Order: sequence, then structure tokens, then C-alpha cells
Amino acid sequence: MGRLLDDHFHIVAMTPLVVALLVLTAYPAAQLVRMAFSEVGLVSGGTTWSFVGLEHLRTLAQDRVARIAFTNTLLFTVVVVPIEAVLGLLLAYLVNQTRVLGAFYKTVLIVPLLLPPIAIGALWRLMLDFNYGVVNQALLAVGIGGPPWLASPTLALPMVMLVDVWHWTSFMFLIFLAGVASIPQELGEAAEVDGATPWQVFAHVALPILKPTIVVALMLRTILAFKVFDVPYLLTGGGPGTATEMINIYIEKVFFQQFRVGYGGMLTLLTALILSTFVIVYQQISRRAEAAQ
Amino acid sequence: MRLRPGAIVRHGVLMGAALVTLLPIVFTAVTSLKFRRDIISGRFFDFEVTWVNYQRLFEGSRAVFGQLTVNSLIAGIGSTLLVLAIASLGAYALSRFRLPPRLSALVLGWLLFVYMLPPITFAGPFYLIARQIGLFDTPAVLVIAHAVLTLPFAVWLLQSFFAEIPKELEEAAALDGASRAGTFWRIALPMTLPGLYATGILTFVFSWKDFLFALVLTSTPRGGTIPIGIASFVQEWDLRYGEMAAATMLAAVPAIVLVLFAQRHIIKGMTMGAVKG
Repeated sequence: MGRLLDDHFHIVAMTPLVVALLVLTAYPAAQLVRMAFSEVGLVSGGTTWSFVGLEHLRTLAQDRVARIAFTNTLLFTVVVVPIEAVLGLLLAYLVNQTRVLGAFYKTVLIVPLLLPPIAIGALWRLMLDFNYGVVNQALLAVGIGGPPWLASPTLALPMVMLVDVWHWTSFMFLIFLAGVASIPQELGEAAEVDGATPWQVFAHVALPILKPTIVVALMLRTILAFKVFDVPYLLTGGGPGTATEMINIYIEKVFFQQFRVGYGGMLTLLTALILSTFVIVYQQISRRAEAAQ
Repeated sequence: MRLRPGAIVRHGVLMGAALVTLLPIVFTAVTSLKFRRDIISGRFFDFEVTWVNYQRLFEGSRAVFGQLTVNSLIAGIGSTLLVLAIASLGAYALSRFRLPPRLSALVLGWLLFVYMLPPITFAGPFYLIARQIGLFDTPAVLVIAHAVLTLPFAVWLLQSFFAEIPKELEEAAALDGASRAGTFWRIALPMTLPGLYATGILTFVFSWKDFLFALVLTSTPRGGTIPIGIASFVQEWDLRYGEMAAATMLAAVPAIVLVLFAQRHIIKGMTMGAVKG
């Protein structure tokens, strides 16, 4: 028996992983699909299910907040991802040329990535507080009355974006750090000897080499940006009104505050489908980028 | 050192970025050491240092952060051990043995797919399942839920670490008559120890950072974690700035410790995790 098990050690070793994936991911995914087409009632100790077909899609067509949440998430993604990519690339490129203090910069610049996002929300919630936040207190010291940054319908979304840039530039920095390290030093030096300016070296030597990394980083960050939840949840909770409503925040409300389990399931399923499309495109592109290297 | 204009601009930009990164954290650390009156009057420098905000998190009948910290640790350590056990076996099989090609492609593809999906995809079904099996509002449910968050990159990471160690030692062990399980346990696993550290650190950090699953799968301090405690501050009408700042610093402790002591592990692990996953 022991001998037999050992001969099939590869199967024994794979079993926990396969079982975990089936129980923890495949089964819940199937449940999600079932939910999206059902009305689910929560009764003590269990649930009641009744099939409703495409009813939830009809609800969605009438749902103004869902549309706003989707538009906000899209706008948020389109704004923050390019900014974070440019800043992350710039910082990684500069750190790579630095020997003095290089380790210090690297260490500090990845700190936001290690903090719990909810703590990041709290840091900025405290700083941007209308009454006692350091930002408005500093403004007051020079005679300016600061606005309610997070309670203003026009300022709230830009503030959520600003905090996201503070948070996720570190991620782009980390990815590009590996990319810039692979640029042969001699190439830049040779170009400089030939009289190229630092900008020309960056644009004509570094950028072409980094192109596959940039494409992968942009795709990856886009997928992650769609998941945005914790920081706006803490900063604004989606408000004021619907000014910073995001897909995931809205789903959480539908599901766990209004207990519309079936409709929440449909919203989740659609989000997952949109992202899946992204993921599949991403996998194609990153495979091609790997092949090109 | 010869200072060229380029170097000055470069250090100026990098130092600026480092300051922008650190200032919010420093500011919050300072706020956590102030009495309420000094926070309200906006004193930046000449304030009396106090630990009262930290005391209030842990002492007194309404203090919940002791329980929340214990729960965060249970979820973090529990899910890390669970994931390391499952992932190291699976990753070893994937990198060392000839499995049916469809199976390994399916498993790796599905892992990547799961990693990319927003956690909220699993939040709804997990909520229903947790209620059904009676694990709702316990740290145990977070051990399992966090395993879903971290299993994908743990397998990817460990697979690449196993691939780095030379096969010859294992082959020699096999010639000496060692069993395959023994070879894994006594040779492959010890050689991947740095990889296990890096992966374990990251799984712990991901569990520690989670807010969504804790929000959805727990409802009281019995099962809640530190992020839940932080979020509950903003639901109060009167914001308790000092305590909120102290709780935020508490949540930041692992990040600070890791940056000081395990920086190289995490940079390598996170870069690979980020690009692969």
C-alpha cells in the first residue's frame, strides 16, 4: 500500500490542491451562476431558492445606480492607470541609475504596497478631514479655508483617484524595477558618448526595450483597478450621493445591506465576465510579450 | 562623488517621492501619540506625547482590538500554513513530475483566472456556505477564505522556486533507494526554504491586508479582524481621531517589520507574484 502510494506520489501531491480548487473556487463559482438566475431568500439556518430566469437582467436595465457605478469605475481606471504607469516607470528608471541611497529609495517606495488598503484609506481620511485634518489645518494657517475634500460631489472622486495613485504607483514601480534592471548599461553609455541627451537615451534606448513590460503592466493594473473597493469604502463609502460609487462597493451594498442576493449575484457574474475577457486578452498579450523577449 | 546636474535632479525627484510616500504615515504616527485637544488645536510639534490612544484600543470594557488582533493573527498564520502545505505539494508535483498535460495546464490556468477575479466574486457564495455550515463570524472561516486569495500566487511562486533547484540531488536520492515522498520532504523542501519563507511572508501579508472577506463573513468582534475595527471608526458620528490613528499604525506593523527585516524576500516574491499572477 505504502509502495503503491509512493509510486503515485505525483497524484497524491496534486490531490489537496485539486480538491481545494474544486471545493473553494469551482463550487462557489457554480453557486454564483445559480444565484444570478434565482431569487434567494435568507431564512434562519438556510436559504430558499426559486428560479427567475433573466429577471435580474431586467432589473439591471432599470438600475441607474448600477450604471453610475460602472461609469465611475471605468473613469477611475482610465485616469489612474496611466498616471501610475508614468510615475512608476519614471521612479524605477531613476532608481536604477542611482547607487547612492538606491536601497533606501527602493525600500520606501514599495511601502504602500505592504499596508492594508483599509489603513491607507484611514491615513488619508484623517489627513483630509474637513475639521481637524492636517491638510485643512495647514491651509488655515496660511489663511485659506479648505473645502470638505471627501464630502464634496466634485472633489470626492478626484481625491479617491489621488489616494489610489499614492497607493498603486508602488506596484508599477516594482514591476518596472525588474524591467529597467534588464537594460544593458553599455547601451545608454554608448549613446551618451555619441552626444545623446538623457531624454534621448530614455526615449530611444530604454523605452523600446521596456515596451513589452509596459504593455503587461498596463493590462495587469487595469484588471486590478477594476477590483477597487477598500479605499473608497473607507474614504467615502461611495458617496456623497453616488459621486464615488464603484462596482464592487455597489455589489456589496446590494448583497449585504439590501440582501438582494440574486440580483447581487447577477451583478457579480457580469463583472466577472467583463474581467474574464480582460484576463484572456491579457494572457494572450503577455504570452506574446514573453515570446518576443 | 562628482555631482552632475542630472544627479541632483534625479535625487531631487526620488527624495520628493520618498517624502510624499512617508509623510502620511509619519503624520498618522504623530497623531496617534496626541491627546484629543492637541489634535483639534492643530499643534504639529509642541504637543504632549501620550500612549492613551493605544491603551484605549486594548483596555476597557468596549475595547475590541485585543480580540481583533488575535483574529487577524489566527487568520494570517492559519491560512499561511494551510496554503503552504497545499501549494508546496501541488507546486512540487507540477514542476517535477510528468502530469497529464491537460491537467497541469487546466490547474495553472484556473489558478491565474481565480487570482484575477475580484474577491467579491467569491464573497456572495462564501457567505451562503458559511451560514450553512455554521462557520459564519468565526476566524476559521477567514482561514479558508484567505486561502482562496493566496493559493494562486503561492503555487506559481513555489513552482518557480522548485524549478530553480538542481534535479541531481533528488536523482541521487532516488538511486540510493529513497522514496519519492521522502525525497520531497528531506531534500526538495529544505532546499526551497528561502522560497517557502518568501511565499509564507506574502500569504501572511495578503491575509492581514484583507478587508472584504472579513466584512462579509463576520459581523462581530468574535470573528472580525483589525481592518474591520478601523472601518468601524468612520461609522461613528464623532470621529475618534487619536484611536483611529493608533489602530492604523497597529495595522501597519507587519509592513514596517517586513520592510526592515525581510525586504529582499518580498521584493523578489512580489515582483514574481505580480508579473506571473
